[in-house]
Amino acid sequence: MRNMIINNEKCILCEKCIESCPFFAIQKNGDRLTIGEDCSACGQCREVCPAGAIKMGESKKEAVNKEEWKHILVYIEYRHEKVHPITYQLIGKASELAASSDDDVCGIVIGKNTALAKNQLKHYPLKKVFLYETEEHFKADLYEKLFSNCIDKMKPSVVLMGGTAEGRSLAPRAATAFRTGLTADCTELILRDNRELVQIRPAFGGNIMAQIVTPDTRPQFATVRYNVMKPIEPDCEHETEFIAEAVEGAYSKLTILEAVPRPERKGIAQQEILVVAGKGVKKKEDLAMLEELAVLLGGELASTRGVVEKGWVASDKQIGLSGQTVRPKLLIACGVSGSVQFMAGMSGADNIIAINTDADAKIFHIAHYPVCGDLYEIVPELIKGIKHSVRDGIHLA
Amino acid sequence: MLKIAVCVKQVPAYSEGLMDPETGVMIRAGLESVLNVYDLPAIETALRIKEEAGALVDVFTMGPAKASAVLKEAYAMGADRGYLVNDSCFSGADVLATSYTLMQAIQSTEDYHLILCGRQTTDGDTAQVSGAIAKWLDIPHVNWVTEILHVAHDSITVRQAMEEEIVTVKATYPCLLSVERSIFLPRLPSLKGKIAAKKKDINVLSLADMEDQEESHYGLTGSATKVEKIFPPAKTAQRDIIQKDSQEAANYILEVIKKVNK
Repeated sequence: MRNMIINNEKCILCEKCIESCPFFAIQKNGDRLTIGEDCSACGQCREVCPAGAIKMGESKKEAVNKEEWKHILVYIEYRHEKVHPITYQLIGKASELAASSDDDVCGIVIGKNTALAKNQLKHYPLKKVFLYETEEHFKADLYEKLFSNCIDKMKPSVVLMGGTAEGRSLAPRAATAFRTGLTADCTELILRDNRELVQIRPAFGGNIMAQIVTPDTRPQFATVRYNVMKPIEPDCEHETEFIAEAVEGAYSKLTILEAVPRPERKGIAQQEILVVAGKGVKKKEDLAMLEELAVLLGGELASTRGVVEKGWVASDKQIGLSGQTVRPKLLIACGVSGSVQFMAGMSGADNIIAINTDADAKIFHIAHYPVCGDLYEIVPELIKGIKHSVRDGIHLA
Repeated sequence: MLKIAVCVKQVPAYSEGLMDPETGVMIRAGLESVLNVYDLPAIETALRIKEEAGALVDVFTMGPAKASAVLKEAYAMGADRGYLVNDSCFSGADVLATSYTLMQAIQSTEDYHLILCGRQTTDGDTAQVSGAIAKWLDIPHVNWVTEILHVAHDSITVRQAMEEEIVTVKATYPCLLSVERSIFLPRLPSLKGKIAAKKKDINVLSLADMEDQEESHYGLTGSATKVEKIFPPAKTAQRDIIQKDSQEAANYILEVIKKVNK
C-alpha cells in the first residue's frame, strides 16, 4: 500500500495503530504490520505511533504558484432578485478570515437583474462584487463557466459557498474546473498566515472531526451549511464597488421548460418547537406517539439521519450536518444518541430536553435537561400530563 | 440503444463510527458493509428506463475487492454489467480523485448517454462526487432529480427540486443525473435474479484499463485535499442527569415545557 507506509524496522509492535484505525485497515501478519486497501490515508495511525514508524506517501503533484492566489471570494446566491440569507453568514466568516491578513473579501452574483442585488449588498464588508448577468434559472454547466471566469480573473485563495441546493450543485463542478480541493459542510474554518485554509468537519460517519487542508492547489473551496455560521450586520459607512462582467457565448446544454414555486411550507428550520425521533424508536408505528407530542405542543416532528435512512421519515425532516440546522426555542430529543453530525445541526437550540435510556449517551453532554429513562414510558405519561394541563386551561402550544 | 452507467458505493452498514474520546481508540463495530441506500434508487431509475425505452445498464463501483458484493446486488436487481474499479493506487482518494477515477473508468468502457448517481453516500455524506464527474466529462449535470418525465432518443426531461422551486429541465445526452431517494422505490431482487447474479462475472478495471495510466493522477497523490488529523470532538461540561421513575420524569419535563413556553 502506497498511502500510509509502515517501516517495520522501526515498528515496536505495540499495535496502537491497529486500535486507532477507523477503517480497520491495519493487520498483523506474524511480526509485521501491513496496511490493507481499506486505508483512507487519514493519518490517525501516524498520530498514535510512539516509534515514528509510520509515514504518509508523498504527493508528487505539481504545485501551483500559491503567491498568485490571494483574497476570498464569496459565492452570492441570487434568485428572483433576492440575495440568499446564507450570504450574510458567509460574508461574516470571510471577513473574520480576512481580518488576520491584508486580503479582501469579494463577491460574485450570477443571475438575472443582478443590478438589483446592489442595495442588498452595498453596506456589507465586500471590497468588490462582480455581477454576471445571465438567465434567471440555475444551470450547473452555464453558471460554472461564469463562476470560473471570475475565479480566473480574480485568482482568489479561498472560495466560500453556501451548502444549499444550488451551492452543492455548483461547488464540485467549479472545484473540478480548477483541479482543486473542495471540503463540504465545514463547521469551522481557520486561515493560516500562509493563506492555507484549515477546514474542519465531522467525518467518517459523524463522530470524529477531520481537519482538512488543500496543500498544493488553489483556490481552496469550502461549503458551509445554512445557519452554521453567524450572519454579519451591515455597516452603513461602507460602500461596496460593483463591477458588471460578461462572458461571450456562454451557453448551457440544459433547457428549463418550467419552474413552479414550491408550496410555502414551514420547514423544521422555522419551527419554535421540535420533537426529534432517534434510533431509540423501535418501529415506524411508534413515531405516531412522538408526532402526537409535537402536535400537542404546536411543533413538528423531526428526526436523526438513521431514522431517515430507514425510510420512516422524509429527508427534509432530518436534523444534522447532512440535513438541516435548526435553532428552535425547545427541542425534545427522544431516543437520540447524539452523533457529532446530528449535534452540529441542533446545538443552537435554546432549550434541549433529551430522553435516553443510556446514561452515557453523548446527547446528554449538550442537553440542558438530560433525562435518563425509557421514551416508551415517559412520552405517554408526558402526553397525558399535557392533555391534563390543557384541560386545566394551561396554555402550552 | 441507450447506454446508462450507474455509479454506486459500498459503505459501512452503520454510518456512525465511534471513537473513544479519552483514548482515541476506534470502537469496533460496523465492520459489515452494504450498498449505499441512496444508490438503490439510482439503479432502480436505470432499470425503469431500460424497461420503458430499452437500455444497457452498467454499474460502476470504486473500492476494495469486497465491494464486488454491491455489483452482485445490482445484478440481482437486473443490471447488465458490473465494473469493480480497483487498484492499490486508487485508494485514499478525495472528491477530486474519486470523481477522476470514476470518470476514467466510465470513459474507458463505453460512450454512455446517461450517467446516474444517488443523492449522496451515507459515509462521506458530501453529495459532491456526481457534479465533479460531470465536469471531468464536460457534460451537463442535474442534481436533486425527483422524477423522470420523458426519455427521448437525444435527451431526457426530469423534475428537479431546488430550494424554492420545482424545475422541469431537459438535458441533452450525454448528461449526468443525481437522483433523490424519493424518485422510485427500489425493487427487491427476486430469487431468480439472485441466482442469476451469482453466476455473472464481475469485470475489474485497474489502472492498466484506464485511458490515463499516470498513477499520480489517482488515489492519495491525485487528491487535492489532505486530512491533517482526525480528533474526537470537544467535550462539554455536562449537567446532572435526571433519573426518576417515568411518572416523575414526565412531570419534570412538563414543568420545563411550561417554563420555556412562558
